[in-house]
Amino acid sequence: MDACDEPDCEATLKELHVFLDDELSTEASASIRGHLEHCPDCFGAFDFHAELKQVISAKCRNEEMPPGLLSRIERCFDTDFDGDGEIG
Amino acid sequence: MADQAVFADEAMQYAPQLFAAAMRMTRNRADAEDLVQEAYLKGFRSFHTFTEGTNLRAWLFRILTNTYINKYRKKQRSFDESDLGDIEDLYLYKRMGTFEDASIGRSAEESLMAMLPDDEVKQALEGLPENFRLPVILADVEGFAYKEIAEMLDIPIGTVMSRLHRGRKAMQKALHEYAVARGLQRDEAPQ
Repeated sequence: MDACDEPDCEATLKELHVFLDDELSTEASASIRGHLEHCPDCFGAFDFHAELKQVISAKCRNEEMPPGLLSRIERCFDTDFDGDGEIG
Repeated sequence: MADQAVFADEAMQYAPQLFAAAMRMTRNRADAEDLVQEAYLKGFRSFHTFTEGTNLRAWLFRILTNTYINKYRKKQRSFDESDLGDIEDLYLYKRMGTFEDASIGRSAEESLMAMLPDDEVKQALEGLPENFRLPVILADVEGFAYKEIAEMLDIPIGTVMSRLHRGRKAMQKALHEYAVARGLQRDEAPQ
């Protein structure tokens, strides 16, 4: 029985994505973090996926707003579309 | 009850994010613009049902996602989960993740940010079947929690997790294929 009860590499890599999604329990998260702190191989995998996630988010959010879209949306807030005497 | 006059003040700041997500969902500019407009109109009309103090951003994304599913999703043949094929875990990491492998051509200084062009990342995501694309958009692009995604898509949390798992691997495979096509890497299986 392990003195520190930490997950091994296989278990860590299995939970890596859920850990990165911040969806593990506090205890499970602490266990994974403990393993990553002294396992450079698993840390490398963690680091890569953390970076990849940031890159995906940044690049997929990078989209120029079409000119006029904002004002077109705001116009909806002043217009009575269905003629019921109420805006919207 | 939330006041409609407040809606413009508080909701408009999310327009760029909603538009970017709409682009990844619809994969074309005209539909994305319509989708965002429609989502805002729905939000405006139903703002009286929004509980002040709760997450407005999540509320708006839920409207966007539902509107996309109900109106813009093309009728596709039903995509079986197995259609994505069996892709190994850590697919991209095994091929691009380490610096020691000379075939990779990634120097220690080169970040993934620099190595992966914007349009390839977008294409890799947009190439996913909808069932997998929506969870990946909501989780990886927009940072929503499993529970929030489950509610938005009206599926169990377990399904969110498994579709994320498969969708991410499929996206990694696509990213790798683009890199190989660009000549960035030789298409070698890891040792």
